[in-house]
Amino acid sequence: MTRSIRTTRALALSSGALVALLALSACGSRTDDEASSTSAASCVKTDGDSIKIGFLNSLSGTMAISEQTVRDALDLAAEEINAAGGVLDKKLEIVAEDGASEPTVFAEKAEKLIKSDCVAAVFGGWTSSSRKAMLPVFESNKSLLFYPVQYEGLEASPNIFYTGATTNQQIIPAMDYLKEQGVTKVFLVGSDYVFPRTANKEIIAYSEANGIEIVGEEYAPLGHTDFSTIVTKLKGSGAEAVFNTLNGDSNVAFFKEYKNVGLTAETTPVVSVSIAEEEVGGIGVDNIVGQLTAWNYYQTVESPQNATFVKAFKAKYGDDRVTSDPMEAAYTSLYLWKGMVEKAKSFDVADVQAAADGVTFDAPEGTVTVNGDNHHIAKTALIGKIDADGLIYPVWESDGPIDPDPFLEGYDWAEGLS
Amino acid sequence: MSAVARIWGHERARLLVGVGVAGLLLFVVAPGVLSDFRLNLLAKFCCLAMVAVGIGLAWGRGGMLTLGQGVFFGLGGYLMAMHLKLADAGPGGVPDFMLLYGDGTVPAWWEPFRSPVVTVLAILLLPAGLAALLGLAVFTRRVRGAYFAILSQALAAAFAILLIGQQKVTGGTNGLNGFRSFFGFDLADPVNKQMLYYIAAGTLLVMVLVVRLVMRSRYGELLVAVRDQENRVRFLGYDPALVKVLAYALAAAFAAIGGALFAPIVGIISPADVGVVPSIAFLVGVAIGGRATLLGPVVGSIAVSWAETSLSERFPSFWTYFLGGLFIVVVAFLPDGFATLGRLRLRRRRPGPDEPVGTSDEEHASDEQASDEDEHDEATASAGRTA
Repeated sequence: MTRSIRTTRALALSSGALVALLALSACGSRTDDEASSTSAASCVKTDGDSIKIGFLNSLSGTMAISEQTVRDALDLAAEEINAAGGVLDKKLEIVAEDGASEPTVFAEKAEKLIKSDCVAAVFGGWTSSSRKAMLPVFESNKSLLFYPVQYEGLEASPNIFYTGATTNQQIIPAMDYLKEQGVTKVFLVGSDYVFPRTANKEIIAYSEANGIEIVGEEYAPLGHTDFSTIVTKLKGSGAEAVFNTLNGDSNVAFFKEYKNVGLTAETTPVVSVSIAEEEVGGIGVDNIVGQLTAWNYYQTVESPQNATFVKAFKAKYGDDRVTSDPMEAAYTSLYLWKGMVEKAKSFDVADVQAAADGVTFDAPEGTVTVNGDNHHIAKTALIGKIDADGLIYPVWESDGPIDPDPFLEGYDWAEGLS
Repeated sequence: MSAVARIWGHERARLLVGVGVAGLLLFVVAPGVLSDFRLNLLAKFCCLAMVAVGIGLAWGRGGMLTLGQGVFFGLGGYLMAMHLKLADAGPGGVPDFMLLYGDGTVPAWWEPFRSPVVTVLAILLLPAGLAALLGLAVFTRRVRGAYFAILSQALAAAFAILLIGQQKVTGGTNGLNGFRSFFGFDLADPVNKQMLYYIAAGTLLVMVLVVRLVMRSRYGELLVAVRDQENRVRFLGYDPALVKVLAYALAAAFAAIGGALFAPIVGIISPADVGVVPSIAFLVGVAIGGRATLLGPVVGSIAVSWAETSLSERFPSFWTYFLGGLFIVVVAFLPDGFATLGRLRLRRRRPGPDEPVGTSDEEHASDEQASDEDEHDEATASAGRTA
């Protein structure tokens, strides 16, 4: 017994020493080295008939229900592009991955797509945490991510193209709208994560500068479904409007409770930034009819491009399906990448980055233009009203596309926010 | 005497061979055949396996169903991540996310983690210390079984909610990410990534040897005794609470070290890695591998992680069904994990006269000690199957 213990101990010590030795001998460059080598050159194959791109969305876990719709829109865009001859005469070859609603999985799969599959670009991501987890992967491997969802701003990576709205294209226009309507008291309710907290920080700064009083700021954990306390506070606060950044299931419980206590869209409208056509059905049209949303696209947008998009989508996935802002942004992102590649006449990341500025696409939401400095796109803000048919109809729009300003540098009141 | 010496020699040889094979696989074969990306994945699996080794000790040997190892994993991960963020911070010494979401100042409790020494010491001592305190509070009040499991799980839930709520100082749901260097080594350099793998694999190997040492010591037998008959151990004059606290603290330390290596290897640590779901996920590999055996937890954990990754790559839309099916099979037919496949086979071949009779729990326990020798066979068998 004692001998075996001694052996184990000796082995543990010696293997520990071995590890230390191996680790030391395997040391690579230090950050203070002059010639700190970064990752190897890209392995993207451009000599064949096809070019690989990656789709990375959550197909399992809590985000699957939302992200699957984005995947559907991406598949549609890829199909259309391939039917029209591909990109630079190469067919798109899709490598599909499941992000599993977990940031670490997104990081892992992104690395797999870049390093093992050698894709030219990756399309996907939804939550801020998934984007934040993937960002270092794309930067250190010098690859490209197209991110299709509105987000909290304050970011501009050279390796990410943001085709959803940043805050000055969604949240600030929504506040402008409320101000125009003469609202002076706003109540903030949101899920407890990065987007609502950052958005509310900006709303508070905006309100201070514009004479709007914030009469309450409440957060519920993601997935929370008991809103009696928050709605009671809301009712007693004298709010004239509510700014809602709740996500997912929480909206169902919130709007039911809101209706229960006798609040209505006529007296106290709720502006939501995470409820699109997909979610209206889940919440129940009865609970939410007449409420407002802020996006850059609705299925009801009247344009030939949108008519074609909606028709093609319904033809592929069924008449009961609806199209929403993130889906449209994902669809647009693939066409924007195509535009950049064709302008650069190259799939090389550096060439695409250099060519990105000014690339336009006649998207279903209207013509969008890529800003080469911050990699966001100019978008028109639309305030919509939810109708009894479950669709959202625009009631207000900004004066043309708004230039993206992720760090809110063009707003005096936003100084010190970032 | 000579017979005893022969068994000793035999055992020792087996240990040496086992360590040799594991070392060969981890340090020569894996880096040789795997690409940088796959090797980094294996490094991540090693980190998760470290938690599993600890759970094997606390749950398999000590009977403490720890449903909240995410807390200690997260503590280790966040402690390391705090240091990495501070080390990467720009001229002002303020991490990027604090400039974005906070007021641009570093809170006082972050400051000590600028020092690498403090960070490493904190990773080794803080989670273990917390576990010891918690264990003392819980075990001396004789809280055990399902109540302990619920308590530990609640702790994991609370920890995740706390991290999410304190966005200004913890990064909220985004967690801490975007590390560029690891104690001065550039993380973008593949050679340094490989170094991290060696550290993770080596640490895991050392942990397994430590657990072997613990399992075969007098303390290890006491731990199993406490698991099976806590009262009897108490009547014999031991304090079962102290026995459990030690195993629980050791499991916490292992989890923390796993978390600390996980952060630079994966590049992110967020509340999604520390809450209830990941805490339960840690248990899955242990249960599938065989919780009471030496190699069951570690092999099971790596195998499950590997299966998750490769299945989701091959079948992105329905890979979860495969895993669900596997769990059902294990729970229904192999309640003690794959490591017991070997035992079933052996038992069928030679139904020994020392076959214990009793409740399933007791049987399990005495079986454990009676068939100590079988364990190695089972372990190698299961290792062979998964390889």
